[in-house]
Amino acid sequence: MKTANKRRRRGVTTYRRKRWVDSGEGVVHKKTKIIRVRGSRKPPRKDPGPRPLPRPQRPRKPTPPQPFGTYRGEFGRLEATRLLNRAGFGPAPGQAEKLARMGMEKAVLSLTRPKGKARLIGAAPKDGDGLPLAPADAWGHDHLWWLDRMVRTNQPFAERMTLIFHDWFATSNASVSQQQQMIDQYWTIKSHVNGSFESMLLDLTKDPAMLQWLDGGSNNRWSPNENYAREMMELFTLGADRDAYSEDDIREAARALTGWTYDWVDDVGTINFRYESDDHDPGTKSIFGKRGNWQWDDVCRFCVEHPLHPDFFVEKLWSYFVPTGPDRSTKKALTSIYLKSGRRIRPVVEAILTHPDFYRCGPMVKPPVVFAASLMRALELTIETEDWTWLSSSAGQQLFYPPNVSGWDDERWLDTSTVRARWLMVTIALDSKRYDPWNEDDPYRSTENTRQALNRALETFGWPAMRAEHQKELISMSNRIRGRITEEWQDAPYRALRQNALLQLIAVSPDMQLS
Amino acid sequence: MTVSPRHCCDDYTRSQLIRNAAAQAGQGLPSIETGMPDPAGTGLTRRHFLARASGLALAVYGASKLPVSIFDEGIASAAQSDRVIVSIFLDGGADALSILAPTGHPKYFQLRPNLALSPETGTAFSEDPSLRWHPAAAGLSQLHSEGKVTVLPAVGYDSPNQSHFTSRHFWEVGELDTNGTTGWMGRYLDLVGSDTNPLQGLSLSGTLSPALATANKPVAAVDGVTDYDLWSWVDEPISDELFRSFKRMGGFRSDSPAMEHSRRAISSTNRVRESLAGFGEFEAPVAYPDGNLGRQLSGLAALLGAGMPLHCVSVNADGAYDTHSDQQTELETGLRLTCDAVLAFQRDLESRGLQDRVLVEMWSEFGRRPEENGSAGTDHGAAGTAFIIGSRASGRMVGEFPGLTSLDEDDNLRHTSDFRSMYCSLLEQWLGQDAGPIIPGASKLVRPKLVRA
Repeated sequence: MKTANKRRRRGVTTYRRKRWVDSGEGVVHKKTKIIRVRGSRKPPRKDPGPRPLPRPQRPRKPTPPQPFGTYRGEFGRLEATRLLNRAGFGPAPGQAEKLARMGMEKAVLSLTRPKGKARLIGAAPKDGDGLPLAPADAWGHDHLWWLDRMVRTNQPFAERMTLIFHDWFATSNASVSQQQQMIDQYWTIKSHVNGSFESMLLDLTKDPAMLQWLDGGSNNRWSPNENYAREMMELFTLGADRDAYSEDDIREAARALTGWTYDWVDDVGTINFRYESDDHDPGTKSIFGKRGNWQWDDVCRFCVEHPLHPDFFVEKLWSYFVPTGPDRSTKKALTSIYLKSGRRIRPVVEAILTHPDFYRCGPMVKPPVVFAASLMRALELTIETEDWTWLSSSAGQQLFYPPNVSGWDDERWLDTSTVRARWLMVTIALDSKRYDPWNEDDPYRSTENTRQALNRALETFGWPAMRAEHQKELISMSNRIRGRITEEWQDAPYRALRQNALLQLIAVSPDMQLS
Repeated sequence: MTVSPRHCCDDYTRSQLIRNAAAQAGQGLPSIETGMPDPAGTGLTRRHFLARASGLALAVYGASKLPVSIFDEGIASAAQSDRVIVSIFLDGGADALSILAPTGHPKYFQLRPNLALSPETGTAFSEDPSLRWHPAAAGLSQLHSEGKVTVLPAVGYDSPNQSHFTSRHFWEVGELDTNGTTGWMGRYLDLVGSDTNPLQGLSLSGTLSPALATANKPVAAVDGVTDYDLWSWVDEPISDELFRSFKRMGGFRSDSPAMEHSRRAISSTNRVRESLAGFGEFEAPVAYPDGNLGRQLSGLAALLGAGMPLHCVSVNADGAYDTHSDQQTELETGLRLTCDAVLAFQRDLESRGLQDRVLVEMWSEFGRRPEENGSAGTDHGAAGTAFIIGSRASGRMVGEFPGLTSLDEDDNLRHTSDFRSMYCSLLEQWLGQDAGPIIPGASKLVRPKLVRA
């Protein structure tokens, strides 16, 4: 009682002091500190001063190697960004911070097991004429349709997994008669990405697009066609050159797979996809040493029950997330998770996303559509032009058009042709963010200094973490451009061009190409 | 944040300009459209830079205004440089028994009741009268009659692999090793190539050809040989600083393979930009067919004519050759475009006086099964055909046609020449380089005569 009175008597003044705090992960936040002072004496108000540049990204101290298990190292904005880049399509502004606050395991689960309904957030995409997309009919709109889902979804993990299995079961519209059939296949894959691999294989074996693409629909008892049987073993379930199957297994499996067929109708294309038991070869087939009157679904089952399948499966799935192969104990643990779960996909992915290697390994090159989607998510853009289709194609990845049945080559995304396409993607993306140097009514700020210019550019991208050498180069470029200003009339226009140059260079830098 | 542009670009947004540029690049070699505004960054400075740096833009931007001596110098220095090899890949496993149809073998008609080529069509193959050129291969037939085609009628390797990807990989890396990471031409460039010239290994098919993949020397890929420009919202002169910094980002130290990959690609991209930006107008001296290969080869001939320092070039043929069904139509169109383009390319080189510097190697990952399937197509086979084309080709068949009566255990054609032998001969007889360090097992491989002295 006595003390309280004393306090009241003396009086306490509260005031806020603002200051800049560097997160150490590429962003400087303004923080407010509340300070209480006894007595009526009020300290002088302090301005936090100009925003400093964020410290460049420093590599994390390596965590000691751990046996198979769960990552125990630091989980900050950088790790969350990696998670979003590899299991989704990069962070929207603020998303990485939000995820980092959850901690690693909760962050992973928030992606792999999201609560609530999947929704597309924001304005619907449009073509170059401002019209809605026609994904089933207009060339390239199928690509835009899916890219838009990657950009606007609130559940990016399911879209990313669908992309992974689109690559895994690579089917190209180049020899499928309708875009709608590819979109149907998209939904088929998507319905299984959290389920069992065998169910996915069964559904894709009789999928109309697949039946056309790998000739499963023209494979019948009178003239077996080996195409699907071979790729199913080589690329989908077992892998080549592992002595998992023989040429005879392929031929016999092709016979067992006979029976699926469809009709061709002029002006319509392929329809009536069905199983005709008359087309099926009813004879005895010998597959992997098992003799019997095997049917199409027996072949699928044999492939996933093959002793060499789990290894193939986990190693291939791992390769989408980690650039170096899993060590022996990891592979063993993953195959056991796969088998114990009843050959389900999601538990294996969750084990990979919480694995120490996922966070300790080196960077990977973002696939072109992931780069495009992450750019659009960071800049909060909506699709408003068909340019995204041909640019993505030039960058080496048009959705629904993988180069062949083995999918896209993840080892060679970047060359002189595809880097140019990525550069042009950036140019398109910046169309709504760039500054007009010659606008006399609303001229660019003619006193902006290097630090302010760089902060503005980084803020536009939601503060991507930049490596030290790249940040230094951005500063060096800014200063060189400043040095080119020799006349008064150049003050505003050259600063506007400098801002455009900073935006371009940040987005084409390796920091943004890698995940 | 958005500010609308005030100057230029009345009818075109920059986005459309970029799209136009790419569309043109896809078509190859257009002239700049009338009325199309010159976007910022394609001003004279760059053209002068090109002229000073390499003497290349001369043919492009009005050589008539420039002293011919410079143009001559460019040609002269290139003429003294190395020979050029052009690899043309028929993707999918081209059917050897259609390109050179064994109509003199009765078994052919039993195996191919629906797909056999009629003995009345096409032209006879002079070196083996039991074979006939497919009518769509008339271009090759013509060049063969001039002694400019060396035919390998059944080329392959022991224990043939019937997977597209594995077999193609073998051909690309030049060995029977699924783990090979460098291409056979890439290893050649690693040995003799330059550290600073990515055009020495140029892929014209948009993405880097694995056969050109090197371990440590730069190579390049372009969609087309024109309009390789990096557009941005940064006008000159400020764009100079942007490109300078972009180039530097390609030069920093890398601490991971992905970073190294990224830096190399940036560095090569900038180099190609410096050399090719604005490589625009020229007229092909001969007519090319309307396919993609024709466009690429006409651009290639122009590049060589302009003295560009190319050495190993890779391009994909027109057509899809994985003819599991409807083979006759599928094969016909692509094969004709391809063979016509090759003929036009040879004529183009001859009219430019470059025919003794260029040799074409045309290949596919395997041939197809002699027995047709029930979908009017053929499945994957083993031995296939390859062709060495050019004025310096030996013009003499390598390995005979093995016949159809004794097929291998999978009922496929047996090979009578090995693709690795072909590479050894190309390296030694054409490029003047010992094949030993490049093709594993080279010492045990024969060296067929592929090149005329």
